[in-house]
Amino acid sequence: MLGTYYTFPELLLWIPLVTGIITFFIRKESSVKAFALISSLLTLAVSIISLLYTDVKGHPDYFNYNNVSYVWLPYLGSSFYVGLDGMGHLLTFLTAFTLPLIFTATYKSQFKNPGSFYALMLLSQAGLMGVFVAMDALVFYFFWELALIPVYFLCSRWGGERRIQATFKFFIYTFAGSLLMLIGIIYLYLHTPAVTALADHSFSLRAFYNAALSPNRQTGLFCLFFVAFAIKMPIFPFHTWQPDTYEQAPYPTVMILSGIMVKMGIFAAIRWLLPLFPLAVHKFDNVVIVLSVIGIIYASCIALVQTDLKRLVAWSSIAHIGLMGAAIFSQNESGLSGVMLEMFNHGINIIALWIVVYIVNEKTGIRKISELGGLAIKSPTLAIFFVIIVLANVALPLTNAFISEFLMFNGLFLFSKWYAVFACIGIILSAVYMLNMVQKVFFGVSNAITEKVQPIDLRQKIVLSVMVITILALGIYPAPILHLTQDTVTDILLRIK
Amino acid sequence: MGNIFNLVYWIPLLPFIGFLINGLGRQTISKKVIGFIGSGVIFLSFCLSVLVFLQASKEGFVAQNISYFSFINVGKINIPFEFQIDQLTSLFLLIITGVGFLIHVYSTSYMNEEPRPGYGRYFSYLNLFVFSMLLLVMGGNYVVMFIGWEGVGLCSYLLIGFWFKNNDYNNAAKKAFIMNRIGDVGFLLGIFWLLSTYGTVSYNELFNSTGGLINPATANTKILTAITLLLFVGATGKSAQIPLYTWLPDAMAGPTPVSALIHAATMVTAGIYMVARSNIMYSLAPATMTVVAVIGLATAIFAAVIALRQNDIKKVLAYSTVSQLGYMFLGLGVGAYTGAVFHVMTHAFFKALLFLGAGSVIHAMGGEQDINKMGGLGKKMRITYITFFIACLAIAGIPPFAGFFSKDEILSAAFTNNPVFYIIGLGGALLTAFYMFRLLALTFAGNFRGSDEQWHHVHESPGAITFPLITLAVLSTIGGFVGIPEMFAKNGHKLGEFLAPVFESSTKILTAHHLPEQTEIILLAVSVILIVGVCFWAWNKYKKYSAGETAQSGFAKAIQNKFYIDELYNAIIVKPLKAISNVLGNVIDKAGIDGIVNGVGKSINYGSRQIRLLQSGQVGTYIFLMVLGMLLLFIIQMFTK
Repeated sequence: MLGTYYTFPELLLWIPLVTGIITFFIRKESSVKAFALISSLLTLAVSIISLLYTDVKGHPDYFNYNNVSYVWLPYLGSSFYVGLDGMGHLLTFLTAFTLPLIFTATYKSQFKNPGSFYALMLLSQAGLMGVFVAMDALVFYFFWELALIPVYFLCSRWGGERRIQATFKFFIYTFAGSLLMLIGIIYLYLHTPAVTALADHSFSLRAFYNAALSPNRQTGLFCLFFVAFAIKMPIFPFHTWQPDTYEQAPYPTVMILSGIMVKMGIFAAIRWLLPLFPLAVHKFDNVVIVLSVIGIIYASCIALVQTDLKRLVAWSSIAHIGLMGAAIFSQNESGLSGVMLEMFNHGINIIALWIVVYIVNEKTGIRKISELGGLAIKSPTLAIFFVIIVLANVALPLTNAFISEFLMFNGLFLFSKWYAVFACIGIILSAVYMLNMVQKVFFGVSNAITEKVQPIDLRQKIVLSVMVITILALGIYPAPILHLTQDTVTDILLRIK
Repeated sequence: MGNIFNLVYWIPLLPFIGFLINGLGRQTISKKVIGFIGSGVIFLSFCLSVLVFLQASKEGFVAQNISYFSFINVGKINIPFEFQIDQLTSLFLLIITGVGFLIHVYSTSYMNEEPRPGYGRYFSYLNLFVFSMLLLVMGGNYVVMFIGWEGVGLCSYLLIGFWFKNNDYNNAAKKAFIMNRIGDVGFLLGIFWLLSTYGTVSYNELFNSTGGLINPATANTKILTAITLLLFVGATGKSAQIPLYTWLPDAMAGPTPVSALIHAATMVTAGIYMVARSNIMYSLAPATMTVVAVIGLATAIFAAVIALRQNDIKKVLAYSTVSQLGYMFLGLGVGAYTGAVFHVMTHAFFKALLFLGAGSVIHAMGGEQDINKMGGLGKKMRITYITFFIACLAIAGIPPFAGFFSKDEILSAAFTNNPVFYIIGLGGALLTAFYMFRLLALTFAGNFRGSDEQWHHVHESPGAITFPLITLAVLSTIGGFVGIPEMFAKNGHKLGEFLAPVFESSTKILTAHHLPEQTEIILLAVSVILIVGVCFWAWNKYKKYSAGETAQSGFAKAIQNKFYIDELYNAIIVKPLKAISNVLGNVIDKAGIDGIVNGVGKSINYGSRQIRLLQSGQVGTYIFLMVLGMLLLFIIQMFTK
């Protein structure tokens, strides 16, 4: 059955896609929410089961459970080829795991026209899944855009006051990047060898890996792809769309955006950029790392002086992404494994942070940090969760992020000691802005508004417990994820060297 | 070997369980039970530590490595979660759990006025603190040590800011965490360097006397100097040395037993432990040794001077800790590893005693901490007074109290290394004697200077408080006898013998010059006579003290204001950072980078609007443009051929 009639990547794709389309037509708010939650749980179940079949080396037949290819556009040399490798498993699991948590945590939020809202959320999940499983450049591009468009509508219809301005910029900016990538894809396509008799060229990832490219061509193509991915991540100085968009986006969307969607850029850099243009990567690695390290310090500094909770989290995210960017381009095992782990950890940690910010915002109606205070008295449970989540965000040992940051910094250190020294300034600054936030929001005495805050409800307690347990579990025993992605890392490194 | 080492994980696990129970049950469990669990788990850990110690002190004991699971395993990097138990660890285990237990017992009474959720929270943090410190000393590699290293930083943050409604306390807590973080970055970079050079961070593989990767034959001094300096940066943060010491005096914001815990049993001794643990690397990096010694000595003097003029009972003690830690680093820097560890031990006794005594005083005074408003308390609080007095004798270094032996060992080692170190160090010791006896006199002697109401309130503290005081006083009295110098008793230095295997390689590297006995006795006599003299002087000067001390000279004022170091850091680091950040956020990002992005959009918009004008709808223009284009193509083709 498995592997003959259906495979994991397909299920992970079709479930959110189909349920998403159905959701458009549901009217009643409670049914919409229930349906979306069930859909996301179903995806999660599939994803969990898929994790049992990752040992392709030990069981060659598992390959068929994880990979499938349909005839799609034979005369163009493109097939609908989707597959899961270690990194794919990791990121599809992240997507599947966090969506139910997002839905549950924001269950009480009311959105106008809930059917469309949740439908778009599910469609963006489908787009993300597609990106993570695509093994064909055309498929990849298709889903890359599919993930973007629902988010655009989510932000522009349900966002904050300045949503139109912010999302317009977000859309144009990322779309411009995507187009550059499309040019690159087509150009690359024309340099691939024929795989089948029907077409002269091929869009498949494997064919792309085998494309014959002169160093100069690599340089040009690298730039096209890099800009697209750098905007998505974002890497300094391509980041300016992000704080505004995060500020304006509705909470469930911003969670997807910052928790999962930025991983598209990182994922794509690892899957496409490094192995396709190794020569150009060697040429530009210093440039990219310097930009990334500047980004760490720059974003951390700006986070120090933010007065708005959402913007603070947004800038902290840019700093984290900067470290990941630097680690990718260190091109060694430690750095890449760290990035793999961090992709998951950062997803969990930042979504958890957003959930707490959302709860604070929902309870008080305030986002301005200086107007809050004393919440720990009124809602001690929330304070405890928040402190743990913040500690994970500053990468304290025994939280998940410590190990990933350790590996990334170590990778960067192996590449260049001085880069690591500068990047490490981020460790100090992150503690400063994060603890500032804790202090101003939760500690001190309560004021007229925070006085009335009620403790958090059971649903939110459960969600936060799940996240905190994940944080601690991976902080103590990260081996499952490191093991899962080990082959991908080795494979990528082989292609670079 | 006994199977006690199979159970060794219980030593940190028990406090962790205590942390979980008290943390989760802080609303429901009664205060008595919370206090019982909180102290009980530490006591059990202490019992286990005693068993471990007994094993470790057996003849022919070799360091035990217990690996539990692979913590970080990526390709060539394999960092297991492992413990290493050797003599050094077992000694620290005793100090941490022993003194820690007394502090827990003391806390059950001291924190009694705290309502229930806070009481449970307090004990859970305290347990977590001990847990982190135990991880730190039991870890079998630098990464596990780092877990404890940052863990104690976190716990100090939580406990200093325990009364989180007060924003000053919160600021102090944040400062402690950030200062520590700055040091931690150095530590982390040191780990990376170790890892990239040797491929491992396990002590066993690095330092093993047979076949360790770091040995005199193959040592690369340059790299080792860099690594040890980076690790030492970590130590300056955790152990409050120049330039990262300013958090420790502010850390007084926490409840007093917490100060005792931070200053005596946990946290600040971490830096000493780390250097002692890495002794081989330090011994092979002479440049670092000098840095360590100089920084230690400078801190010892600097903090002692500041302590002279502090009027907050806890602040005096805080600066005294900074100063004493400086002595320990001086000891490490001159290669007297045993002496430094010895001083950690005796210091743990008398400093815990001093803080707990201070707590007893503060308790009796209803929260008053200003020694200007005390005086004559000795009459009403006999036990506190006598024990505090013993602690003062011990810290001043008067024989035969504990501090005398350890301090003497460090100073005489300093003399062999460089007589200047000795002279400055002795000067610091005199300052110590002075400020301690000033504190003693102002607090316990003379007349009471507070209000009548306060005087009425003053009382001796209950048993849960006096019991730890008496125990620690006994230890402060006799604790030094484990390290009697050779000249007084052959084989008198039991501690030195016990720790010898740990420092074996270093002893070989650093060929110690032994002082002639006569010189040593002269040094000893001189220092003791001077110290006793200073004690009497300070005591007499402040015994009859009545009115508020006014800072006369500008220098005295500078001392009272701690040399304005906090203000200096604020002016040269904090403020510029904020200003730069504001500029980055509001100018560079908004107008600069985002301006360019928007500019691209705008110029496209503008360009399109201009190009649109071409489509005028007039056929004549179109034909004209077409002809122009064709001409252009022709020209291009002609020239390219």
